[in-house]
Amino acid sequence: MTFRARHLLGIEPLAPDEITALIDRADTYAGMARRGEAPAPVLQGQTQINMFFENSTRTQASFEIAGKRLGAQVMNMGVASSSVKKGETLIDTAMTLNAMRPDLLVVRHPSSGAVDLLAEKVTCAVLNAGDGRHEHPTQALLDALTIRRAKGRLHRLTIAICGDIAHSRVARSNILLLGKLENRLRLVGPPTLMPPGAKDWGVEVYDDMTEGLRDADVVMMLRLQKERMDGGFIPSEREYFHRYGLDAGKLAAAKDDAIVMHPGPMNRGVEIDGTIADDINRSVIQEQVEMGVAVRMAAMDLLAANMREANTPRGVLT
Amino acid sequence: MTNALLTNALLIDPEAGTETLGWLRIEGGRIAETGTGARHGGRDCGGLCLAPGIVDIGVKVGEPGERHKESFRSAGAAAAAGGVTTIVTRPDTATPIDTPETLEFVLRRGREAAEIRIRPMAALTRGREGREMCELKFLMDAGAVAFTDGDAVTRDTRVLARAMTYARGLDALVMAHVQDPVLSAGAVATSGKFASLKGLPHVSPIAERMGLERDLALVEMTGVRYHADQVTTAAALPALRRARAAGLDVTAGVSIHHLTLNELDVGPYRTFFKLKPPLRSEDDRRAVVEAVAAGEIDIICSMHTPQDEEEKRRPFEEAASGAVGLETLLPAALRLVHAGEMDLPQLFRALSTNPARRFGVPGGSLAAGTPADLVLFDPNVPYVLDRSTLLSKSKNTPFDLARMQGRVAATFIDGAPVFERAA
Repeated sequence: MTFRARHLLGIEPLAPDEITALIDRADTYAGMARRGEAPAPVLQGQTQINMFFENSTRTQASFEIAGKRLGAQVMNMGVASSSVKKGETLIDTAMTLNAMRPDLLVVRHPSSGAVDLLAEKVTCAVLNAGDGRHEHPTQALLDALTIRRAKGRLHRLTIAICGDIAHSRVARSNILLLGKLENRLRLVGPPTLMPPGAKDWGVEVYDDMTEGLRDADVVMMLRLQKERMDGGFIPSEREYFHRYGLDAGKLAAAKDDAIVMHPGPMNRGVEIDGTIADDINRSVIQEQVEMGVAVRMAAMDLLAANMREANTPRGVLT
Repeated sequence: MTNALLTNALLIDPEAGTETLGWLRIEGGRIAETGTGARHGGRDCGGLCLAPGIVDIGVKVGEPGERHKESFRSAGAAAAAGGVTTIVTRPDTATPIDTPETLEFVLRRGREAAEIRIRPMAALTRGREGREMCELKFLMDAGAVAFTDGDAVTRDTRVLARAMTYARGLDALVMAHVQDPVLSAGAVATSGKFASLKGLPHVSPIAERMGLERDLALVEMTGVRYHADQVTTAAALPALRRARAAGLDVTAGVSIHHLTLNELDVGPYRTFFKLKPPLRSEDDRRAVVEAVAAGEIDIICSMHTPQDEEEKRRPFEEAASGAVGLETLLPAALRLVHAGEMDLPQLFRALSTNPARRFGVPGGSLAAGTPADLVLFDPNVPYVLDRSTLLSKSKNTPFDLARMQGRVAATFIDGAPVFERAA
């Protein structure tokens, strides 16, 4: 079985071999990019709309480059310039856009579940570029590809995810993906940033970072999402850095060849020490960004192929 | 006034705790006598159940201000079709019911447009803002049966204490939404694995206990008659028991949705399941069902909250809360009977007798002399609910396409039919 879905809304509905199919295709694209080979323009003549209801520079740019490398016409629709500000509902916006017959719709929205809702109302393929605190599937896929390239495998690894788990869609998608592929997962952070019920997810929960990092193969840091803080989850940035900021001392508890990841943008000195982020022997943060484009190319390529197949009448000679 | 004889009916007597095949005679719109066994003449009920009409204390009608969501006409028709003979309306309308003038408007509209009985509640504080108490005496004289700010929890305990003290002097009933307003701010789900996986803002079930404990302390302080509108968690039940044991004049209710659904029913962000308080865990649901069966929770209501399509067609966090329930209250409640959780007399104690007594409104009894407000229903007929068939203007039911068992055949007010289901 390969990747057969109509949309990429989250990691939750994906089977392990679908995840592998996506990552394999992305790996191919990553290799071609490094060798300077141009990919086949599989999205030629297709229209991709990026619809970001929440500010994003990195993810939006990554989707745009991915679409353009495969030959798609890419349009970016910012919320500020759209009628959403005029009170139009999300569904009406979606249906209006759908009537313009795009082939791929890339959506980010601040409400959990909003992208699922939108996908019910449109006929094109929808890619979730992050919905509220729910899922961010392409981030988890690019993290997985980065891990596999660094570690040579994507199972039976000890992976510590550290920081603001409660508000993080990146954490949720990663927990789902890495769990499906049978890794040992640890969540590290203060109890105020740990979602209730986390212990029922088949993970180990630590509030001591050194304990949580012990013998880990992968240390995945999360951004401390200051813009989501209602206030009062942590006493101060400096106390947070003292207890949960990744520095050389805490990283020493992990395996000697442990890699350090971060979805960006980083708050240096809050969740990660600048020298570790820039340590080319440990940090794979730049590679994550590189894999991001490859993963988004793979996802859009496969979704467009699924769409073509679904629209081809069976048993009819053409 | 109506004289009638209903025979061959299974009489559900919540006060006696019995279900017996027999007959019921109506004279001048009131129940004259009941008897067991066969009797000739009158209307043959075909062995269906005959019970005191439902007294639903949790009904929001969209007048004034939101008549497109629900008018007194549509709410009255929906209530009659659901076997509800008296609705006690909530004051949390677009324009809150907080003056005798708006209350009189509501009563007049109700009389003009609906055949069932309508008794209004009024706001406890002006604008439901929790700052100044309403004219409680004028409102009582105008017909208010209880006072509540709906789901707006009064944060200022001094305002609430004074309003309760003043209400105590009038022997008025105060109803409140039990929830810590700070902990629950912004929450749309109950804390736990489900809310965390779905990434929804959540509130601990303990916040309900905190709200209840605070109110019960104020009841102890003021001596007011008090009703907690919805107790939906196991953690809140011991507080209720302690208050009762201490002799406080306290009752509690629960919505039918919290008795028959749990948080997992939300599934893929289905907004028709977005309620206030949010749906709970299955453990909580079971605990609350047991509390109703044991009589610890007194009243089941529909928490009928009409919302238009637009308000529900939004991402879960942004969508409006609430569900309609007038027509599905009895069929959904019968699930509890079919599941063996309680028998029919126990159910009707919570649906009819207790709310009628507590809110001082007619009905809730089969005793001679009571107004003949009755519901005749088939407890067993199976069907799939189609929300487009609901008589409410708003169709936001969580039971759309659900398998139901049991529905109303006829509803009587003062012995006269106000609803008859076409065969």
